[in-house]
Amino acid sequence: MALRGSTHDRYRDGDGDTDRDRRRSEAGALASSVDRRMRLFNHCCVGVLLALALLWLVPLAWALDTSLKPNAETTDPTWLIENPTLQAYRTVLADSDILNWYVASFVTSTLATLGTVLTASMAAYALSRLRFRYRRLVFWLVLAGLMIPNQVLIVPQFRELGSVHLLNTWWAVLLPQIPTAIAVFVFKQFFDGIPRDLDEAARIDGAGFFRTYRRVVMPLSRPAVSAVAIFSFVWSWNNLLWPLLAVTDPDLMTIPVGLAAIQGTYGIRYADTMASAILGALPLILVFLLFQRRIVEGIAGTGLKG
Amino acid sequence: MATTIPAADRTRTGPGSAPPGGADHRTRQGRPALLFLTPFLALYLLFIIGPALYGLVMSFFHTSMVRPGLGEFAGLDNYAEALGSSDFWWAIWHTVWFTILTTPPLVVLALVFALLAERVRRGRWFFRLAFFLPYVLPSAVVALIWMWIYTPELGLLSRTVDTLGGTAPNWLGDPAWAMVSLAVTTVWWTLGFNFVLYLAGLQDVPRDLYEASAIDGAGPWQQIRRITLPLLTRTTTLVVVLQVIASLKVFDQMYIMTSGGPNFSTRSALQYVFDVGFTDYRTGYAAAASTLFFLLVLAASAVWLVLTRRPESEV
Repeated sequence: MALRGSTHDRYRDGDGDTDRDRRRSEAGALASSVDRRMRLFNHCCVGVLLALALLWLVPLAWALDTSLKPNAETTDPTWLIENPTLQAYRTVLADSDILNWYVASFVTSTLATLGTVLTASMAAYALSRLRFRYRRLVFWLVLAGLMIPNQVLIVPQFRELGSVHLLNTWWAVLLPQIPTAIAVFVFKQFFDGIPRDLDEAARIDGAGFFRTYRRVVMPLSRPAVSAVAIFSFVWSWNNLLWPLLAVTDPDLMTIPVGLAAIQGTYGIRYADTMASAILGALPLILVFLLFQRRIVEGIAGTGLKG
Repeated sequence: MATTIPAADRTRTGPGSAPPGGADHRTRQGRPALLFLTPFLALYLLFIIGPALYGLVMSFFHTSMVRPGLGEFAGLDNYAEALGSSDFWWAIWHTVWFTILTTPPLVVLALVFALLAERVRRGRWFFRLAFFLPYVLPSAVVALIWMWIYTPELGLLSRTVDTLGGTAPNWLGDPAWAMVSLAVTTVWWTLGFNFVLYLAGLQDVPRDLYEASAIDGAGPWQQIRRITLPLLTRTTTLVVVLQVIASLKVFDQMYIMTSGGPNFSTRSALQYVFDVGFTDYRTGYAAAASTLFFLLVLAASAVWLVLTRRPESEV
């Protein structure tokens, strides 16, 4: 991008030396031919990318298409919906526990998000701003957590929560998802970039550390807060392995666990299956559309990956 | 999970931050530090570090799901058994094979898509939507959609192949195809993440390099090969290592779409842990298998840490 035009501008300010002038105009001609090539190339690129993007949308579009057909017509190999109906959605909403799953996912994901943002930002504030004796130790402890994939902890976590009789409760789903080492690093990195003069000024005005954290540092850290919040929410909502183990009561299941459990129960009623998939996807599609820019900025700025 | 920890400014001793009184100052900040750290550290020690150590201890015992307590001391028996078990090695191999199948396309395609998207002036949001939207969907939704697409004879893919005159295999039911099909689904699902990382990396390539090379008569291909790719080396390292780690941790797709089948041909390392721990109730053995799997991921993470940054410089 930004290739056009500027090549010519660059040659406009000269000192009138004839030899240089000639070289300049040659370069200009060359540049404009490169320009044409570049423009053609760019058009081709856009065409290819458009085709790829449409291909990428096919699975979702096909799922939506199938979900709007009557079950009996889903096996017709056509995109055309002859008798559009919302029957599949009605069936899923009436027959399955999906509404309970929504509640479970919503409650656990929201609380996990709030918990992560709050605890991680506070810990990061201490690591970034306060001097205390075991700072280095704490830092390395958190770093160690960065290396441990949650997936290798399922066996001991299961026994731990079992021994305190929390399995099959939302607590079991929620609690292990709150402490997120990476969130501490994202916050610490962001806090380190905020000039210390600002909170020093607040401190001189008599504000305590907590006030400084809440009134000065956190309001300045909106990008970090939203990146951590959005990712915590999406990860928590999409987590399958842990909630699958923690909860077996269908009333308490989260959306992914519930959908994994009913997989196959609709058999050849493909419209019903696709309707449940679309319903399961809906909240996240909404999150994506609302926070598209922030999600992308969050990834670009931090390399967060689940 | 993993992150890049970009170079934060290390000039952290700004005016006024010098301790006004050495040890005295230190104790004055010790108490607030404790208050700020406690909520995180309590949960962190209880649910991450604690279980990690507990799991390590358990791996040396014949712990069982159906009995309380650790059970008999096993020494290295669990590890010896895992390392001698062909099921375990098959599961590791399936995981590695899945990583081999998914990493190259997820890196190369993401790069190509980002290079193409960089040349788009209008409607970038549409491409972000198309490529990135799948990434935020739950694995279960992705699995349900692709199982329908892969349905033999009736599914979209089978029908398309038949229409084109080919013979569609049983995508998820044929051991030769099952892993490839899972890999295709995964590429569709997670490509958007790497795509966005590459888009961000491309923004850091200085424009004037392109302009200067255009004056020298460089065409688009030369520019990509001589300027863009070399300057994206850092991004590529990041993308590759994050992708390897993410692929090694695969569980959901197999669990839902094939249940590790057909004939265990897609059972992943994590599903092996899941099966021995929660179906066979052999907790101690599952903990040992987890530890071995952890070492595999750790090796990949270590590469990432060495290649990106030495975090101690930030303390």
